[in-house]
Amino acid sequence: MSGILVFAEQREGKLNRVTYEAVLAGQRLSAQMGLSLSVALLGFGVDTIAQELATKKANTIYLVNNEHLQSYTPDGFSLAMRQVIQELQPKYVLLAHTYLVRDFAPKLAASMGKSLIADCVSYKLEEGNLTLVRQIFQGKINADVSIHDSAPILISFQAGAFRGDDVESGSAEVKALSVKLSAEEIRLQPQELFREAKQSVDLTQSKIIVSVGRGIKSQENIAIVEKLATALEADIGASRPICDSGWLPMDRQIGSSGQTVAPKLYLAVGISGAIQHVVGMKNASAIVAINKDANAPIFDIADLGIVGDLFEIVPALVEEIEKAKAEG
Amino acid sequence: MKIIVCVKQVPSRDAILRINETGTWIQDRDLAYDVNEPDAYAVEEALQIKEKLGGEVVICSLGPDRVQMAIKEGLSKGADRAIHICDPALDNLDALAQARAMAEVIGKEGFDLIFTGLQSDDYGFAQTGVILGELLGVPSATIAMAVEVQEGEKSVRVKRELEAGWFQWYKLPLPASITIQSGLNQPRYATLKGIMNAKKKEIRKVTLADLSLSRELLTPKQKIERVSFPVKSKKTEIIDGSAKEAAAKLVTKLKQMRVL
Repeated sequence: MSGILVFAEQREGKLNRVTYEAVLAGQRLSAQMGLSLSVALLGFGVDTIAQELATKKANTIYLVNNEHLQSYTPDGFSLAMRQVIQELQPKYVLLAHTYLVRDFAPKLAASMGKSLIADCVSYKLEEGNLTLVRQIFQGKINADVSIHDSAPILISFQAGAFRGDDVESGSAEVKALSVKLSAEEIRLQPQELFREAKQSVDLTQSKIIVSVGRGIKSQENIAIVEKLATALEADIGASRPICDSGWLPMDRQIGSSGQTVAPKLYLAVGISGAIQHVVGMKNASAIVAINKDANAPIFDIADLGIVGDLFEIVPALVEEIEKAKAEG
Repeated sequence: MKIIVCVKQVPSRDAILRINETGTWIQDRDLAYDVNEPDAYAVEEALQIKEKLGGEVVICSLGPDRVQMAIKEGLSKGADRAIHICDPALDNLDALAQARAMAEVIGKEGFDLIFTGLQSDDYGFAQTGVILGELLGVPSATIAMAVEVQEGEKSVRVKRELEAGWFQWYKLPLPASITIQSGLNQPRYATLKGIMNAKKKEIRKVTLADLSLSRELLTPKQKIERVSFPVKSKKTEIIDGSAKEAAAKLVTKLKQMRVL
């Protein structure tokens, strides 16, 4: 075969829903390019996930069942996936750009002398020529990337690049595919997954969140935003760098490694809107952004924006809110 | 313990980016540059391990002459010496081609640990550390939030950040390559004494002529053809006027939204 192969991600026996985004990308490309579509599912005892995948429109679900794939390791997954690719000879291999894929896909690609085209947000197909669109400079700029390589071409798509809910239903055949792995090849020993217990602030139920980012410049300035939060009776959130610096506790962090929130109003102050942050707040009913850079990606998703100096705007805003509240 | 820390210099995060006339890259003439943020955490982690266990921290950076600023920052904080891979033929390649050049240098140098930041602010490949591990035949782990070298210095425990607040510890035999996440430590500032000491430290320059890489191995398999500002998916209403005017207008909107 010389088709499209999608990597299905599961961990601890649960399918990562973002897999459907990669499957949808595969469905679209397979229709446009006239290529067959297969999905590879790696794990141990994950037959029910294969059945779940088989309800989607694809030619074949390849179930790779091996005891050395029970717990995820980059060694096991990249060795197994390489054998799957050698067996199936796909033209394109599509993956969702998750933390797990980031951990093994560059290794898989390099082991075959390939260059993974990572974290793409869309593709363009012109006269049979595939171009990928990647974000560079933390989402501030898009780059059209051309491919100068032979099959297999490995591409990962950013979470949210495709709407997983739009994946087409159908029925695919499930086939077993065996790989050879030995214990010595798996150099890493994984331990149990865990969560930090100290998550004491739950921002998922907040109605209004005032969130602060790098633009605040110093810890002392956090007070400026806290005043705004008080005036709006809002909870305070933050982007990663603020928590990394210890200016606000880790449980205030919103984004891919923090909390995912959906308040009525999300007011982003001095937040540029890197994808890692955006995935945690894009479902807010209304997004207001205050940022000095008119090209900041946060303005791509904001409903309302003020371009300017937060150190002037936020105090003025607090004053106006107090005035409005006094007027009732 | 010998730790190689790969450091990249990238445009400052608050730099206002403009696109060049041909639309092929940004205008990079008057840009301000910084050390890539997670790389600064990688340097700190290496220094802390060295302070505990002894050994050597070597900074490795690939890029034009300007990256010496980033190298010197690491040396000023306490790294022992540096390798600067500097050749115009190595700029703007894909992650695989650049990692091939770095892997040859690092392989000859020898190491117990390689630290890289988990991704760069500019290209955002998020691949170099993992590819280095593969090319050098050592295990890798990504997005580390803690690194513990085990007794006897034969293995390392790495706390990996997963999504949605989950973590997982992995044990890797040494040598290994680990990509470092921002926030796992508090990077130090260079002291005046450190800055003075750094001037005496070795920065070894390596050019393409010192490497045995064929042209084919350095040919990028992916190329940026065109860059553009993202098309807005949502129509953002920009509120203009002075700070006071904009604030008043926003309050009116907030009332309409019934959040006030």
